[in-house]
Amino acid sequence: MELRRHVSMSLLVSLLITALLALAGSTAAAAAHDEDKPGNLVTGQLKDTSNNGAPVEGVTIEVTGPDGQGYTATSDAEGVWEVFVPGDSGGRFTVTIDESSLPEGASMREGRPTTLTPTALPNQTLRINFDIGVDTRDVATKWDQVPEKLYSGLLFGLMLALGALGLNMIFGTTGLTNFAHGELITFGAMATYMFNAVFGWNFAMAGLMAVALAALFGWLQETALWRPLRHRGTGLIAMMIVSIGFQFLLRNLFQYFTEGRTESYADHTTPAGHDFNGWFTYSYRDLVLAGIAILVLVGVTAGLSFTRLGRATRAVADNPALAAATGIDVDRVIKLVWIVGTALAGLCGVFLGFSLQVTFQIGQLTLLLLFAAVCVGGLGSVWGALIGSLLIGLLIEMSTLVIASDLKNAGAMLLLIVVLLIRPQGLLGRKERIG
Amino acid sequence: MIDVLQSALHDAFSPIGLSFILAAIGLNVHYGYTGLLNFGQAAFCAVGAYGMGVGIASFDLPLAVGLLIGVAAAAVLALILGIPTLRLRADYLAIATIAAAEILRLCFSATYKEYFHARDGVSGFTAGFRSLNPYPESVDTVLTYNLDDLWVLTVGWIVVALVCLYLWSQMRSPWGRVLKSIREDELAAQSLGKNVYGYKMQALVLGGVIGAFGGFIGGLGLASVQPDSFNTDFTFIAFTMLILGGAARILGPVIGGVLFWFALSFIGGVLGKLTSGDDPVIPPHVLDNQQLSSVRFMIVGLVLMLLMIYRPQGIIGDRKELAINER
Repeated sequence: MELRRHVSMSLLVSLLITALLALAGSTAAAAAHDEDKPGNLVTGQLKDTSNNGAPVEGVTIEVTGPDGQGYTATSDAEGVWEVFVPGDSGGRFTVTIDESSLPEGASMREGRPTTLTPTALPNQTLRINFDIGVDTRDVATKWDQVPEKLYSGLLFGLMLALGALGLNMIFGTTGLTNFAHGELITFGAMATYMFNAVFGWNFAMAGLMAVALAALFGWLQETALWRPLRHRGTGLIAMMIVSIGFQFLLRNLFQYFTEGRTESYADHTTPAGHDFNGWFTYSYRDLVLAGIAILVLVGVTAGLSFTRLGRATRAVADNPALAAATGIDVDRVIKLVWIVGTALAGLCGVFLGFSLQVTFQIGQLTLLLLFAAVCVGGLGSVWGALIGSLLIGLLIEMSTLVIASDLKNAGAMLLLIVVLLIRPQGLLGRKERIG
Repeated sequence: MIDVLQSALHDAFSPIGLSFILAAIGLNVHYGYTGLLNFGQAAFCAVGAYGMGVGIASFDLPLAVGLLIGVAAAAVLALILGIPTLRLRADYLAIATIAAAEILRLCFSATYKEYFHARDGVSGFTAGFRSLNPYPESVDTVLTYNLDDLWVLTVGWIVVALVCLYLWSQMRSPWGRVLKSIREDELAAQSLGKNVYGYKMQALVLGGVIGAFGGFIGGLGLASVQPDSFNTDFTFIAFTMLILGGAARILGPVIGGVLFWFALSFIGGVLGKLTSGDDPVIPPHVLDNQQLSSVRFMIVGLVLMLLMIYRPQGIIGDRKELAINER
């Protein structure tokens, strides 16, 4: 940002100088030629942006007036050149810069014209600008965006991690690739919207209620749908297709309730931005959300690692039959995983409702990103889900620096496929999981 | 009520329904016969449709060449997609193919805009096809189809019949029996000396090319090819049709597809009747016109779930011939 300020200052200064010089030049020219003599002054100043905006001397400029009469000028030590074209009607001029007369080291900016055809009113002064050297402004802004993108990428990755962790826990314990997980995220955003914007609760209460409802929804799903299916001996692929049907059902249910509209929460939708050292803009809202996300992620991960129930969960993930044989109540563990996993997805939705707005399409937008995060990090691995999410978040945001933002999700999909091909177990997954 | 039935019957055999049926027949080769869980069938239809559309609209190629480009594009896509992913386990294959289909859709909607025209899609490629229309001008409508649709339908149903006939002969042949054996037990097929990978690849290419036919019919029927019609829902709907009719049966996807579109349109028509008029049976605050399509697709989701749970073999399928219970 320091750099950008510097560049913009020097740009401003050089613009002022150009204007002053041009003014001086035009008065001088007007003085040189008879005040009463009608005609157009064609002038400009040549500067090389590749050389810190230094003036370019000795360049030949050819000007053809509306009557076809040709004139030639050469830029002076300040890079200034001028041609007085007599005539009282104005009209179309042709101004050509002689590229071969450019001094060594200076060249026209790529893709910019060497011939311009401006039109002038009678007695109007034409100021002509030729672009010499690289476009410094664009380069500066592109690099300036890096901290901004890092920040937003990490933030998005953290939010995504909440959803990915839930998806991964469910996959780890039941083996189900849940295609309806994105819809559980939408559920969180929808519930928050309902309490916050429709019922007018304060945001924290609405968010908490949404997470609680999501947990309840997880319990309900497990009790009414997934456990009976498991006990009937329904295959995993059949269950996966059931989850696709469930996804359809939920998404269209959300669309039914919102009638396809895109809504936003009532509170905190446009937080005040604060400048961090000129690098990026942050808001207290985002910091609080990120803080909560980190706390929850650390809490769940620690719970899985250190508590009795967490160890039981990992035992079920490793080998359900063996876990059952050692006295672990497998159904109870799986029920807990569904409750926690869905609550995490709900929290993810509470947060993503800010950046993606509240729409029935949140699930569809995030599902493949969740898959990407989980597969990159490692299916079934808790830490893998976190690292995969952060990577995907960063990749998506950083990729907009080089590719169109419409294509940003394609980068994540591509990474997903590449990881599946060269390291199917993911970065942190164990090889035996790929079967 | 008659008009609801009539419009449902119209939709059941419509060009758009036909394109889904062909996509589902392709999926049947992948999933029903070989056990490959391809969730990216939309990509095959998309490259077929775009190959034809761009070839004709941007490069002024004749129809036949455009079709060939579409078929070739689908075959190449199958190779590119299959070479690395066919070794993956079923659910990984599903995720890899769905991701590939999304990448392609994003590319069609955001790159090479001079050819793909972003979200507006490609149009202006139907002249060659329509000039072949043999129906006399005097036949205005048959079952409310206009002349262009009728021509697309005639060609489309002939294609469906030919494809079904071809698959029927192929699946009875030794080649088809190897595919089924791969679905039943990949290791057993391998230990009998069959090149499992090669067979899977052939199945992927065959099903993908049939999917491209679906892309042709859909594109010609709508007279345009748009990227967003090939989203993930496309594949899932084709899958629902396949499972409804019965996987691993030649006529499964055809019966499932016709029934699916008939039911979808019929439900929409009935709900439309119930919500319209001065004193609707269902008041507008419960269900208005905008919400109709959501309700229809809620039912689609529910039907897919119930089918999978209670009758995974669909209407004419055989439960023993299903790839879904293995892992």
